Formats: sequence, structure tokens, C-alpha cells
Amino acid sequence: MTVKRISAPLSDEDIMELKAGDNVLISGVIYTGRDAAHKKLTELVEAGEPLPVDFTGQMIYYVGPSPAKPGKVIGSAGPTTSGRMDAYTPTMLEQGLKACIGKGSRNKAVKDALVKHKAVYLASTGGAAALLARTIKKAEVVAYPELGPEAIYRLEVEDFPATVVNDAHGTDIYEVGRQEYALND
Amino acid sequence: MREVNVAAITDAIAELSMDANYNLGDDVLKSFKDALEKETSPTGKAVLEQLIENAQIAKEEQVPMCQDTGYAVIFVELGQEVNLVGGDLYEAINEGVRRGYGDGYLRKSIVSDPINRVNTKDNTPAVVHVDIVPGDKVKVTIAPKGGGSENMSAVKMLKPSDGAKGVVDFVVEAASNAGSNPCPPIVIGVGIGGTFEKVAYLAKKALLRELGQPNPDPFYAEMEKELLEKINKLGIGPQGFGGRTTALAVHIETYPAHIASMPAAVNINCHAARHKERVI
Repeated sequence: MTVKRISAPLSDEDIMELKAGDNVLISGVIYTGRDAAHKKLTELVEAGEPLPVDFTGQMIYYVGPSPAKPGKVIGSAGPTTSGRMDAYTPTMLEQGLKACIGKGSRNKAVKDALVKHKAVYLASTGGAAALLARTIKKAEVVAYPELGPEAIYRLEVEDFPATVVNDAHGTDIYEVGRQEYALND
Repeated sequence: MREVNVAAITDAIAELSMDANYNLGDDVLKSFKDALEKETSPTGKAVLEQLIENAQIAKEEQVPMCQDTGYAVIFVELGQEVNLVGGDLYEAINEGVRRGYGDGYLRKSIVSDPINRVNTKDNTPAVVHVDIVPGDKVKVTIAPKGGGSENMSAVKMLKPSDGAKGVVDFVVEAASNAGSNPCPPIVIGVGIGGTFEKVAYLAKKALLRELGQPNPDPFYAEMEKELLEKINKLGIGPQGFGGRTTALAVHIETYPAHIASMPAAVNINCHAARHKERVI
């Protein structure tokens, strides 16, 4: 298995080189954001207000970490189900977002928007939250602290593992992988 | 009558909240290792290896194996010869959740209202199921339930004429529709019979059984086996990337049904099939 290394900000050229099924290791900055944060962000966009973070070329990780134990940077931090963000993702891609990280399938509107805006959807292993937390070296809340685990964090990660699910060429590894291994009676 | 102070229940729930979230059961770990031997997809194998490593890290560092430390679902088997003293049982359970989720640095994932969503900040209230049983003991079980897998669950009011095939088709369809979303490999609890609300409870309760232990009735044990085989032929695989391990186990629980009804329910658990119990 080949592993590609990526870091934000990501350019259109970086994105076009990523193919569904590629394993990647992410280093550098990723932002967190899940249901409630996405709702607030898209409301700001609709109202024509500025966002608390410039997402141009950036990555959003759908995660609501558990609280950090004393002496730890962050608690356990695995991906949450991405489908709940489907309603908001095309808007975020219009804002320049280049990658989102979660787990589980996306709807057609998101997949089309990934192709249109040259962006990718990545998945990390759901539930592997203690393992993934080890790759997070720094964490600070940058917006919506009142949302608790749903606040937006700026994370600095080192070799955070993920797999490209939907690439900017329209391929979906969940569909391809499933077809490859399905057994018909 | 034996007196049991509810403070003992609070203590048990607090400790079990942490135990369940930090220490994956040996039955689940063994099923990961068995799956690893059978899995043919390289990505699927890599995922299973990550899950085994993740469980080890969580145990070593005493941190949650998954950041979603779940809705605290509590099953109480209350002996009818027990006299509970020292306070309200439900409040005692909630205090245990409050303390366990606070002291254990577990995520607080409960909002006080399903539409006007404000976090209660202490993971309460718990969902509590109480069964009155013979004897003078109290057994408490906590099964922290993550939202991602719970959302993929389903209830269907089948017709009696749908028969066993109707149930099998419904369960396989639910697993197929869930796809990569509930963090496969999954554990599937199936309820059949009873009423609309009873069947969902049965499906949840099925998740408490030791992994892979068959239903004592050979007919349902066979149905569990058939379901597991069919679901693992879907090709979804670990995390949905394709592979042979979509489910680790299917557990069926049944209850008598009305002549007009055959309800069925599917409660999907992720691979973090967490549950810990204590007898007081």
C-alpha cells in the first residue's frame, strides 16, 4: 500500500493527485467542526457575514473529542458520521474548503460538489479514537467554545492516517470496495 | 427483605461508565483477531489491526476507546426481595453517570431537548430499563451507545405471513443500508415479536450477550448464523472500504407476538461493543 503525505493548505494540483483508495498521512493544521458548528458556519455564509476561520485550502475533521485528561493535549478523537454534514458541505466547499475528514458515505450533492470545487472526502477509522489522538500534538479552541465537544478546534497533527473515499474525479471507494468483495449467491 | 442503599448503585454506575469506555471486552478483542485471520482485503486487515491497537492504547492509558462515549443505557435487574433505601433509584443512576462521565473525562453527548439542542454537560439523563426479577440482588449493566451506529437502527412492523424470510430480508437490508456509516465491523441486535416498543428493547438487549454466543433455541441460532453469513457477503468490510468482515455477530432475542403482528427491530452497534455489569 502506497501512502501519500499531505498538509494544508491544499492546492487544486494537490487535490487532483489524490485518488479514491489512497492512504494518506496528514501533518500540519486541521480544523474540527461537526453538526452544530456547521450549522452556525452556514448561517453566517447565508447572512453574508465573515467566518471565524479562513477555510481556503484547509481541511475540516468531523470530530467531537472527549475531554483531555490532565497532561494530555486532547481526549480521544475519532471521526463522527459525515452524512450528517451533507446539508452543509457544498456551502463549505464554496468557501474554499479542500478536504473533509469523517467516516461513512456522502450524498450525491456532496460528491458532485467535490468534483466541481476540486476537493476530497477522506475517512479515518471510526472508533480508533485513542490511536488517532496520539497523532494530535496541539489543540486549541478557535470558535464556539460554548458548544463544548462541538466547538471548532485548530489541531496540529503529525502523520494522522486517513483514506481517500471520494476523490475530485468522481470515484467512491465505498462503492468500488464493496463491489469488489460482494459475493452473490 | 434485603436493604440496598442506592449509593452503592451510584458507585457501581460511576465505575462501570469508565470501565466500559476504557476496557474493551475480551470477547470483542477475540472476534477482531478471528476476523483478522479471515479477512482478505488488505485495507480491511489494516483497519482491524488499528482497532486491536486502539483497544490496547485505550486500556493502557485508561482513555476512551472511542470519543463517542455514548448515551448511558442502563439495564437494572432488581430482585423483588430488595428494599432500596437512601434515595430515588433513577436519581442514583443519573448521579453515577454524572460522576463517571465527569471523573473519567468521558464526552458529554446528551442534549436536554431533541429539537432545541442544549448540552446537559454531564451526560445525563441515562436511559434506564428496570426488570423486576426473583431474588435479593441488584444487577446493573451499562451499555454506552454511540450515536453513529444507533442512527442506522430500524424497526419494522412485519406481517405474520412474511415469516422468517421477511425478518432475514429486513435485517440484511438494514445492514446494507447502514453501509460504512455505523463503523463496521458491526454487532447486530435483532428483536422479533412483542409489540412496537418491546421489540426495540429486545434488539438492544441482544447486544448485551457475549459476542458470538448463539441463541439457546437452535432455530434462532441457525437464523443468526444465516444472517451473519448473508451480511458478510455484502462486501462492505471493515469501515466500509470493502472486505469480508462487515459484522462480527448477529444476536436475536424474541418474545411472544399478537396473532396479527410480527414486529422486528435491528439495533446496530459499532465494533466498540461496550457493556459492563455488576451484581450488588
